[in-house]
Amino acid sequence: MDAKTIIVKRIAQELRDGMLVNLGIGMPTEVANHVPQGMMVYFQSENGIIGMGARPPEGMTDRHLTDAGGQPITALPGAASFDSAMSFGLIRGGHLDMTVLGGLQVDAKGRLANWMIPGKMVPGMGGAMDLVTGAKRVVVAMTHTAKGAAKLVNECSLPLTSQRPVSLIVTELAVVEPTADGLLLRERAPGVTVDAILAQTEASLIVPDAVPEMRLAS
Amino acid sequence: MKLACQPAEAVAQIPDGATVMIGGFMAVGTPERLVDALLEAGRRDLCVIGNDTARPGVGIGKLIVERRCRKVIVSHIGTNPETQRQMIAGELEVELVPQGTLAERVRAAGFGLGGVLTPTGLGTIAAEGKPTLELDGRTFLVERPLAADFALILAKEADYHANLSYTLTAYNFNPLMAMAARTVIAEAETIVPVGMITPDDVDTPGVLVDYLVGTP
Repeated sequence: MDAKTIIVKRIAQELRDGMLVNLGIGMPTEVANHVPQGMMVYFQSENGIIGMGARPPEGMTDRHLTDAGGQPITALPGAASFDSAMSFGLIRGGHLDMTVLGGLQVDAKGRLANWMIPGKMVPGMGGAMDLVTGAKRVVVAMTHTAKGAAKLVNECSLPLTSQRPVSLIVTELAVVEPTADGLLLRERAPGVTVDAILAQTEASLIVPDAVPEMRLAS
Repeated sequence: MKLACQPAEAVAQIPDGATVMIGGFMAVGTPERLVDALLEAGRRDLCVIGNDTARPGVGIGKLIVERRCRKVIVSHIGTNPETQRQMIAGELEVELVPQGTLAERVRAAGFGLGGVLTPTGLGTIAAEGKPTLELDGRTFLVERPLAADFALILAKEADYHANLSYTLTAYNFNPLMAMAARTVIAEAETIVPVGMITPDDVDTPGVLVDYLVGTP
């Protein structure tokens, strides 16, 4: 199983029936492909819809119906559309159960940096600051390291997205939960040792006596 | 239908240097004919308020590529490399605003509110230079209302009174901007007789619209 598959499959286990969920662009989008059978999850796209469905077949697109990246989508039965104030009212008003976002760094307090690399990449924060500040649960989907550098760090060297700690970080090696006492190592990927995780993590992790393996269906 | 006009007549009201809100999200819901008319009229030094700068050659991205903006106030420029290039070269001022805060600042202006109190952006670059306020034990960032001289918006349907209705993900900032600008210019994809848009289905009452551009 490649890194991305491990991450999105594990995050899909955080979904619950009836949840309103916003998925970030890129890897987080793929969580939608792993919704457990029989579970109904409402996916919001922040450009103004609840009930976003898969990309339509060629020739069946509506240019007024896209995801936040501008790509054609469908609207599922029961979908609702609305303006940007309503869309972000859902996010900022505490109505969004969960968001899944990519990450560049997370610090020892669980604070995320994911929206710019000064001097290199300044795309703008889009809805990321609202999502991390307002969603009930914030789950970060990211690889454990980038070009060998740890992404779980003591202090973020990159600009923060929010001062609010995230709820959970899932990488291809580990599941980590920010707590009042620090970053808690909750799970390890199949076949990965605690030592291997610690060796690729800059921030100190609280390691319980037993760290179970992620349970990922094939 | 006294409001009716062609794109060129409508944008003739807009001077160089004006502050112009333009609806749309990645150009979905952007009134492209009005943007084209702005370009053809040679308008420049504009301050454009919108969700993003789309892609080069699309929506607000057209104004960027043709270098018609002195400033943009947006939440995202990542899909338009030309915006980033002009920003880094110091040719274009870019004010980045969290998307929800941008929507609320526009809404605040249109709804007569003195500002927005929000935790979004606290402790980040987005808070730099802005006041904070303690209220009932919580800290908020104080964000100012955002108004404009003109709003260019796109509706799916308009009737002869300029009552507007939007569709799907093409609402985005359009109804908010229709409240927040001194002069509102609406482009409609379809013009229908009065009554076809039922009172319940009117998203923007026609009284808010100053100029209505119908089908070509």
